[in-house]
Amino acid sequence: MFLFYLSSGLFLGWVSGANYMGNVFGTALGTRMLSFTSAAIICAVFIVLGAVYSGGGTAATIAGLGSVATMSGAFVVALAAALAIFFFFFLGLPVSSTQAVLGGIIGWALFVGSEVDFSILLQILASWVASPFLAALFAIILMSLVKTYLKYFPIPLLYQDLYIRIALVLTGAFGAYTLGANNIGNIVGVFLTSSPFKDVTLFKDVVFSAERQLFLIGGLAIALGVFTYSKRLINMIGKKVFLLTPMAAWVVVMSHSLVMLLFASQSLHEFLSEHDLPTIPLVPISSSEAVIGAVVGIAILKRGRGLRPKYLGRIAMGWVICPALALVFAFVLMLLKAFLPPL
Amino acid sequence: MFGGKIVLFQKTKELNAKITEFLNNISESAIVFAKAVDDYLLNGDSDEFASLLNNMASLEARNDQLRRNIETELYEHTLIPESRADVLELLEGMDKVVNMFEAQLYQFSIEKAEIAESLSPLYLELVESTVSAVEALVRSVRAFFINPSEINDHIHKVMFFEKQGDMVGTKLKRMIFDDKKMELSHKIQLRMLCDDIDAIADLSEDIADQLSIYAIKRYL
Repeated sequence: MFLFYLSSGLFLGWVSGANYMGNVFGTALGTRMLSFTSAAIICAVFIVLGAVYSGGGTAATIAGLGSVATMSGAFVVALAAALAIFFFFFLGLPVSSTQAVLGGIIGWALFVGSEVDFSILLQILASWVASPFLAALFAIILMSLVKTYLKYFPIPLLYQDLYIRIALVLTGAFGAYTLGANNIGNIVGVFLTSSPFKDVTLFKDVVFSAERQLFLIGGLAIALGVFTYSKRLINMIGKKVFLLTPMAAWVVVMSHSLVMLLFASQSLHEFLSEHDLPTIPLVPISSSEAVIGAVVGIAILKRGRGLRPKYLGRIAMGWVICPALALVFAFVLMLLKAFLPPL
Repeated sequence: MFGGKIVLFQKTKELNAKITEFLNNISESAIVFAKAVDDYLLNGDSDEFASLLNNMASLEARNDQLRRNIETELYEHTLIPESRADVLELLEGMDKVVNMFEAQLYQFSIEKAEIAESLSPLYLELVESTVSAVEALVRSVRAFFINPSEINDHIHKVMFFEKQGDMVGTKLKRMIFDDKKMELSHKIQLRMLCDDIDAIADLSEDIADQLSIYAIKRYL
């Protein structure tokens, strides 16, 4: 029965996989610097690794937002989010699985009259507003640094091409890892409190925790989405919003990854708190917001030449409508819940 | 995947070497052309001229082969995808320069045009301007591959030498047609020789114009 309920989480993982691939490798594939197969393999492998090894922090935030204590509730939240993302996929728009899940949780909470932890909600909302700006800022700084470096230490055209390719692979892998770490909470975070998995001991002393087992399953669902479902969004991010040079594509992926890391790194969080510095909340942020923010940062550097506001507007609208849609879906699904088998 | 990256390193190195050889050959062909015309003006269709013509033909054949190799590798390994079309156009243009040098020497060898001693200095001056334009072009193309910020330092020299070639060419043609003793057919033959040499400088200028656009695109 748990697997039946988890299936909606896996469905969510699958549709999110397309989004993630578009966000991490969309710009690189748009510049034709990498082949789809290589990018998909790197993306899938590192998303799973990130989810399993570093997925704890943000999943706890999602679980703490509004404890979806029942299995059927978790099922409804994940299904509502997945359906909302699926809908936007057909419009060819990259939306945030984080935002969709949040919409789903609030829809569920409104229906059952459960309390939503507004302090966490505010923290998440504030991070969503901050992350695209932060990504744009990172992109502007990185691009300016790269340009200045190349002015004083020019790299021959063919070698530049080679180094950018390698950098795109490494940064893409890093991006996929941070994305897996940051966003696995969206996919299976709502199942954490109701998961029946038990810790398993492997090779005598290696403990494979129940939480990680859940993250591994979620990660594999995302990986499947990466391979089967992502080409349309790649075209949107890589070609339609703003045509990037390979160098700018690398800057976008790097800025995106840095922002994801800031909001997902438990070690950074611990380091800052140990040194009495202001901490960055461990919040699952939207990778599509980070990517689009970075792309806009590059466009600002080029004084807006080549930016297509029409597509940008459609994407931004998606960020608002998608969570609202997930909220409505969750509410409607809860109405239909009577037809679901009891746990 | 990572094995692929190592292969790509090797391929990049080889491709860089091929482009360098291609550009070296164009530079060399300019020197061979100047020497061959100089020899022709002094000794006519001599053995030395024939040997320089052979030298030019082998440079042209080698560059054709290099150009095809470079083009194939750029496509096979999807290298420099954003500038590939520009690079191919550039290499094809540069290849035409050597073709024109070779065609011009064949023209001397086949037509065996008689050039009066009084006209020789102007022909030499025209050749010198043309060769200088081509050499400046080669330097600007090298800069495109290595350090684009230096391209403009060389491109303006191409323009300068091309203009100088036009002036010398006009002077030379006036001198030819002012000669009352020369047959009209002979005058036309000499004028064509002059125009064909000047056309090489014109082609260099056209390539330099394209190159400045490619450089701007790389900066964007």
